[in-house]
Amino acid sequence: MCRSTALANGTPTQRQAFVPQPVVGRTPAQLRGYIEGLDPISNRPVMQEIIEGLANPLNDNDLKDMSFERSTPRLLPPSGEADLEQLFMDNRWTDFQPIVLPIEARVAAMLAGTSHGPDETVGQLRPTFFREAWESTVEKVAVNAVMAGARPEYFPVILALAASGITARQSSTNSFGMISVVNGPIRHEIGMNCGIGAMGPYNHANAAIGRAYGLLSQNLQGGSVPGDTYMGSLGNWYAQGATFAENEEASPWTPLHVQKGFKPEDSTVSIFVGGWYTQAGYGPRETWREKLRRTFRACEPYQPPVFVMDPLSARGFVAEGFDSKEKLIEWCAENAEMPAREYWDDLWVQTLLRPHAVAGVEPYASRLKAAPDELVKLWQPEQINIVVTGGETQPAWKMFGGAWRNSTFSVDSWR
Amino acid sequence: MTDRLTVHDPRGYPPKVTGKRLAPRLESLDGKVVYLVDCLFDNSAAFMDQMQDWFSHNLPAVETRIIRPRESWVDDPDMRTAISKSGDAAILGVGL
Repeated sequence: MCRSTALANGTPTQRQAFVPQPVVGRTPAQLRGYIEGLDPISNRPVMQEIIEGLANPLNDNDLKDMSFERSTPRLLPPSGEADLEQLFMDNRWTDFQPIVLPIEARVAAMLAGTSHGPDETVGQLRPTFFREAWESTVEKVAVNAVMAGARPEYFPVILALAASGITARQSSTNSFGMISVVNGPIRHEIGMNCGIGAMGPYNHANAAIGRAYGLLSQNLQGGSVPGDTYMGSLGNWYAQGATFAENEEASPWTPLHVQKGFKPEDSTVSIFVGGWYTQAGYGPRETWREKLRRTFRACEPYQPPVFVMDPLSARGFVAEGFDSKEKLIEWCAENAEMPAREYWDDLWVQTLLRPHAVAGVEPYASRLKAAPDELVKLWQPEQINIVVTGGETQPAWKMFGGAWRNSTFSVDSWR
Repeated sequence: MTDRLTVHDPRGYPPKVTGKRLAPRLESLDGKVVYLVDCLFDNSAAFMDQMQDWFSHNLPAVETRIIRPRESWVDDPDMRTAISKSGDAAILGVGL
């Protein structure tokens, strides 16, 4: 990964030295051992490599002009079906499930699903923000939509996801998964399921759109290859495809897209970045407050939750006095807390939020001042989201990690 | 099936790579100021402390200074300016 990043940045001979992983959790003595030990990649002493990198003269390769153009062809050389399927698999252009080969007629049919021209630029995607961004056109998105088995009527949703700039194949060591929620009339126009099994493999549109988002992400950003363009240690099941629709008709509350500033008649797709954890529960029952407090404390504190619930649960919370999503979100924010020592012991709170706290940025600065056993709030209300979906066979809810980053996008603009 | 099919390439379009020359190397580190850039990853401060200690024991003629950006994952131009203004070399440490 380091070398391919250096290549894309125009410094392929940049000097690098590696120590074993992890650095996290290692004692000073263990870290000293890393420094005095061998580079696990080159098998040479780490410090020798560093000193040589700083003080050895540059060579001819360093002085070459490393500028070059790259491109990808529109069409591949003609071949047999089995050979092409193998080629796509070997090149890691698939998710290792069978794909629909993107022959010209199928891609042309997909393009009929939008008024936008095939050469129009859709946007840019990249595995993470420090890597190079690749560009895509409407036609390239159509190719990946075909591969996923999508139908032309799904294409505006898929284009909106592609244009979001948020990849579903994030390379972070955290093993991200992107969860996307569709709102508005498009849900019914394309037959999405927001009833029984809304979050499962029980609907063609839900499944194909989620899969298309993954395939287009990996192919339009320049790959998602472990060790190179993907570094998620565990991987993430949500990356198989996690798209569903809100059950607006059965929900007692305002739909998600209206909360985010759209009109009820608009069609949108919202992306939640994360998928690190999943919690579950039922009710609200008599002890629902205790249950939710335990649930919040079990969440990864860096990542705010998306609270997804069946309409039966939603109406149960209405009966408890929460006649809007906002009221329940306020309660959640007020009751999501943990001792400061646990909060600050989290790897990503430490890495990403502590610098803000040290710089005096609130609310992090106050959390850092808290005594070790003092309870600190985990999230601001605006970081918590609620979505209603499901088929009313049980008052069930799930809570998964997912950050909303101004990430509700118009589908209508891609019709 | 023996028919030959023509299919689209599914990949996007990569940007042009613009080469950048590496900075000239030093002839020697003796008497030079080397910045150790702690990128604020969890435990990276302890790592850089150990590297600084290694220099003081093994290459005492090198002056090392630990420096940190304002926040992790974000470029800090002020930090880079400080390094180029008063340093001769820098070692960036990233990792988890």
